Amino acid sequence: MNVTLSINGRYHTLDIDPRTSLLDACRDHLALTGSKKGCDHGQCGACTMLVNGRRINSCLTLAVMHENDTITTVEGLGTAENLHPMQAAFVEHDGYQCGYCTPGQIVSAVGMLGEIGDGWPSHVTKDIKTGTELSGDEIRERMSGNLCRCSAYPNIVDAIETAAGKTKEPA
Amino acid sequence: MRPFEYSRAQSVGEARTLGGRYIAGGTNLLDLMKLEVETPEQLVDITRLPLNEIKETEDGGLKIGALVTNSVLAADERIRRDYEVLSRALLAGASGQLRNKASTGGNLLQRTRCGYFYETSRRCNKREPGSGCDAIGGFNRIHAILGQSSNCIATHPSDMAVAMMALDAVVETQQADGHEREIPLKDFYRLPGDTPHIENELKEGELIVNIRLPKPKSGYHVYRKVRDRASYAFALVSVAAIIKTDGNTITEASLAFGGLAHKPWRDPKIEEMLVGQGPRRKLFEDAADALLAEAQGQGENDFKIPLARRTLISVLAEATQGA
Amino acid sequence: MNKHVMDEAIGETRLDRNTQGVIGKGAPRYEGKLKVSGTAPYAYEHLGGEDVAYGFIVPASIARGKIRSVDTSAAEAVPGVLKVISGEKIVRAASQPMAPAAQTIDGEVFHYNQPVAVVIADTFEVARHASKLVKVEYSETEGRFDITNRHTVREPDSMPMTPNQSRGDFEHAFAEAEVQFDQTYTTPSYQAAAMEPHATTAKWDGNHLTVWTSHQLLETAPGQIAKHTGIDEDKITVHSPYIGGGFGSKLGLGPDAVMAANATIAIGKPVKIALTRQNVFQATSRRGETIQRVRIGATKAGKITCFAHETDTTNSPGNGFFEPSGISSLFLYPGKDRIIAHNIVETDVLMTSAVRAPGEATGMLATESALDELAETLGIDPVEFRRMNEPEVNPQDDRPFSSRRLMECIDEGAKRFGWSDRPEKPASRREGEWLIGYGMSSASRKNDLMPSAAEIEMSSDGRATVRTGMTDIGTGTYTILQQIAAEMLGLPLDMVDVELGDSRFAASSGSGGSWGANSAGSSVYVASLALIRELASRLDADAETLTLKDGHAIFGNKQIPLPDILKGETISVTGKIEPGKQAEETHQASYGAHFCEVGVNVVTGETRIRRLLTVGAAGRILNEKTATSQCYGGQIWGIGYALEEDLVIDKRNGLIVNHDLAEYHVPVHADVPALEVVLLEDRDPHASPLAGKGIGELAIAGVGAAITNAIYNACGVRIRDYPATLDKVLAGLPDDYLTAA
Ligand SMILES: Cc1cc2nc3c(=O)[nH]c(=O)nc-3n(C[C@H](O)[C@H](O)[C@H](O)COP(=O)(O)OP(=O)(O)OC[C@H]3O[C@@H](n4cnc5c(N)ncnc54)[C@H](O)[C@@H]3O)c2cc1C
Ligand code: SF4
Ligand code: FES
Ligand code: FES
Repeated sequence: MNVTLSINGRYHTLDIDPRTSLLDACRDHLALTGSKKGCDHGQCGACTMLVNGRRINSCLTLAVMHENDTITTVEGLGTAENLHPMQAAFVEHDGYQCGYCTPGQIVSAVGMLGEIGDGWPSHVTKDIKTGTELSGDEIRERMSGNLCRCSAYPNIVDAIETAAGKTKEPA
Repeated sequence: MRPFEYSRAQSVGEARTLGGRYIAGGTNLLDLMKLEVETPEQLVDITRLPLNEIKETEDGGLKIGALVTNSVLAADERIRRDYEVLSRALLAGASGQLRNKASTGGNLLQRTRCGYFYETSRRCNKREPGSGCDAIGGFNRIHAILGQSSNCIATHPSDMAVAMMALDAVVETQQADGHEREIPLKDFYRLPGDTPHIENELKEGELIVNIRLPKPKSGYHVYRKVRDRASYAFALVSVAAIIKTDGNTITEASLAFGGLAHKPWRDPKIEEMLVGQGPRRKLFEDAADALLAEAQGQGENDFKIPLARRTLISVLAEATQGA
Repeated sequence: MNKHVMDEAIGETRLDRNTQGVIGKGAPRYEGKLKVSGTAPYAYEHLGGEDVAYGFIVPASIARGKIRSVDTSAAEAVPGVLKVISGEKIVRAASQPMAPAAQTIDGEVFHYNQPVAVVIADTFEVARHASKLVKVEYSETEGRFDITNRHTVREPDSMPMTPNQSRGDFEHAFAEAEVQFDQTYTTPSYQAAAMEPHATTAKWDGNHLTVWTSHQLLETAPGQIAKHTGIDEDKITVHSPYIGGGFGSKLGLGPDAVMAANATIAIGKPVKIALTRQNVFQATSRRGETIQRVRIGATKAGKITCFAHETDTTNSPGNGFFEPSGISSLFLYPGKDRIIAHNIVETDVLMTSAVRAPGEATGMLATESALDELAETLGIDPVEFRRMNEPEVNPQDDRPFSSRRLMECIDEGAKRFGWSDRPEKPASRREGEWLIGYGMSSASRKNDLMPSAAEIEMSSDGRATVRTGMTDIGTGTYTILQQIAAEMLGLPLDMVDVELGDSRFAASSGSGGSWGANSAGSSVYVASLALIRELASRLDADAETLTLKDGHAIFGNKQIPLPDILKGETISVTGKIEPGKQAEETHQASYGAHFCEVGVNVVTGETRIRRLLTVGAAGRILNEKTATSQCYGGQIWGIGYALEEDLVIDKRNGLIVNHDLAEYHVPVHADVPALEVVLLEDRDPHASPLAGKGIGELAIAGVGAAITNAIYNACGVRIRDYPATLDKVLAGLPDDYLTAA
């Protein structure tokens, strides 16, 4: 089945099995292996991508469902030579160890700051009627869909706080 | 995952006539299809249907399109202001990524997290009617203490549905032949009985179009979820409560429970016990005891009985003090 | 080859002189930019764009029995299926660390969801579905799934330690003791659950087999693959440049590697197999569940007189590895009469093997709880109780400690944490719904130095490249090797490159047992010294006094840029470290202490960590940033072990029920508050030329007990059956749980 995907500003037309997840379309068919597969069942967040600006688990969606969507993967945020501020903050704060959950953490963090920017509340927001502010507890709750078995959590939170100070308008 | 025919519907009418299993967020259906717990032959993508708005209704309530995502619903200002319990329940569920995909309709229809339902080599009446139930006598920490049968002891995992239950939500559907119906949520889910594979009143091909909330219930809203880690875990027990007091007495009470049964649990009897009474510990204890009078543990989940009791009593105390 | 055997304590070294000023600093990771941009290639991600096939494993639907038949016809009829492999090419699980090969299934099923076949197809989707169409018939036999049944009990192998070590007459001493403490603790089975599922890309070109696999210990990999494929070892190259976490679970070769290697040979095109998360839980390895009996005899005044720690743990048929829960009990606390013993209870469940800090991670959950309980019985503060029982020499064999700064760690921790503010009685401090408690524990981790070699090549422009078969599983190996070479050779960091994870490189220790940094780092140290000697000889200078800084050699009053010494040549040297007499003459371990404040919810029994502080002394810290990160990792694993993790085995049928990350709970961001780690300035000259010791596993040792001790202090519920899930806490909570009304 044919599908055209817009990923990181480029169009890719693929002839794929409709069973192919968005994640596998990128990893197996487009050599975009920055997004990782940690569970394939929405349980870890390693596969996080932005679809139309919102973070999702790309393992639990079919590629064929994303015709005309704007998809951003970690490769689309920045490159090793020209890092996105969130990526640079992860390097600065040692917000990783093995690095496998890292692209997912970074993309999720960028999406998460967008959500806070839009005033979305979270489970730990004290008064959801009035709005929300960035805090360590807010970051921890909102990032809980990204597991890190190396357990770089404290540094990830520091990195996000740093990047949040630098990036007013997340990508 | 078995091969299937994929089609994308552009309108509600087209979706109905295409025939097949609907896929919205896909976060539950694809999870289960990968394991071949679910094996649809036709998949109808409904994500492009114009069902993603939250509209005000004439009676002062809200009509939520079936495709409104859990995130958007939780963040909607009207929901936050007037239906806080719903916003809270949504925010207590899953993760940011999942809520961005999960739809209102799909959330209502998500299936149990029973480990034997997921493991296709084990016996499960819900997956394979008549095969048996390996959760009975097995690892049933997350299983039901109310309303279970000797055929199935599974729980419904949704947080959102618990709050919707307390809010008297109504499910609006279109059947395959175009017939429209409204099903109050309290009549929507079924207990397992002899047919645990039939979980709700929807007919083959029936599409959830909207979920309607009646006009807001004033009072103190609280959703309390108890789980095995601080976030990103299903409820062991949850309580959705909306309690109104006039200072001395409880004037209105709506209570629903998650993690206890095959469906979000609502028990009018305990609400009646509370209304007209002055808030006090003994009353709360009597209500909790009434709720759990028939409760039965399965071994690993025996703790849910005291846990539900304590959680309810504490929620009532908080709600009556906050009201 | 230039070799250093650790026979004598090390004196002052170039690392102490710190001329370049890079050692110890928190340099950002060498490979960091690749990781954050998604361009560091993990095993599955090689050969992008090439025509490859995909494999998917067929799991057994019983736990024990014989495979009567495997019918592959329906699977093979699916368009796109290339081959179904079954029979002797299939392995039960991962191999044991350093084993010559993995165990093949030989027509049998040894545990539930064991691999029985693998389907190879053009796409992942086809392979996955076709795997469901393979029909396997079994003759099922009864299995043993419950450790408490003790159907078959046997003595373990002597890996990773001599399982039974006793001294004096414990039973007699215990009977005589003024105070007798006797308690049993249980820990469940655990999954390492590295975020990257084991994965392999294998390519056979008709002559050479290239395997990219996620593997911590490259040295034995080609030999193992040779055994499983019949290809000569010298025609096999194994690469593991990036590993998405291992924690011991990738010390053995994954079943994916064996199957992908055989598959590419069979079909003649490259094959990729990534285990599913469910496979990881059921076809690699796990940590064995334990039942630990701790008996301690003491005087009323608080002197420990005798100590016994006896452990039952599990493994499957043919596996002698055991969870050595008593490993720290050998030396941590005194008593001339002692028993440290381990038994394997054989079960028909996935084999058990090494997981982060084998032994300490489970054993200290028991012993550090026991110390807390005994201190309370004696009416002594847990900190003081430990001070009263600091042994002068190793109580097991009277050897001197190379260095032991346990009490300094404890005192530093107590001061920083505010231990004196601990609620005196359980359940005496409350904030709203939360009961507050403090707990502490000691930490120790046996130190090992392993043989390891590295090459350094200096090109004519003065750039150095370090090459070793060592791996970096997230521990920071790339970075610390870069720092060691840069410090030794007086080069700015960006003048040093590091290449790891290639079986053709000098054989290394691999990443395990926290020995990686010390062993591989020491080999780089030895190679650097050899390179310095070479440079000195070209200058006719004395190697000892030659100073190297910023790419220049400085001696007398001369300062010569390296390219001027190299004169267009490239020099390559190899260095090797070997353990020596120091390991026998001194007892070596890292030490630390944990302090924790928890809140226990008085309504629900949920526990939340409010503060957690770890102080450690582990010799020289090579990179304070990566070392601290390692400690965070240990602390957070401790949180998981104390509160959440529990691999559930269905005792009726052997199924690991919670075989995914939704139901096997590991800590998430929200479980972890801001943590504190303090590493004492320390040197252990007996441990290695770097004067460093292992740190990667120190922080997990004991931390879970600090948490459960804090739970006890908070609410009066003593958890001896890990983890402290809310149901266990709930049972003992007070009834006055209402804060309102
Ligand atoms: C790791 C993990 C953790 C989670 N944790 C939580 C949690 O803590 N709390 C919680 O509440 N949930 C949790 N969830 C579940 C999540 O909320 C559901 O998966 C989600 O709400 C389902 O919505 P969906 O749109 O993705 O449904 P889909 O997967 O698209 O569909 C689910 C079912 O509904 C049917 N369907 C969908 N839309 C319609 C419609 N309009 N009309 C008729 N039929 C329809 C589908 O055919 C399918 O049978 C978790 C999920 C995962 C994977
Ligand atoms: S509890 Fe229900 S879902 Fe679980 S195994 Fe039994 S029948 Fe299946
Ligand atoms: S791979 Fe998608 S959430 Fe784990
Ligand atoms: S860095 Fe290894 S899992 Fe997060």
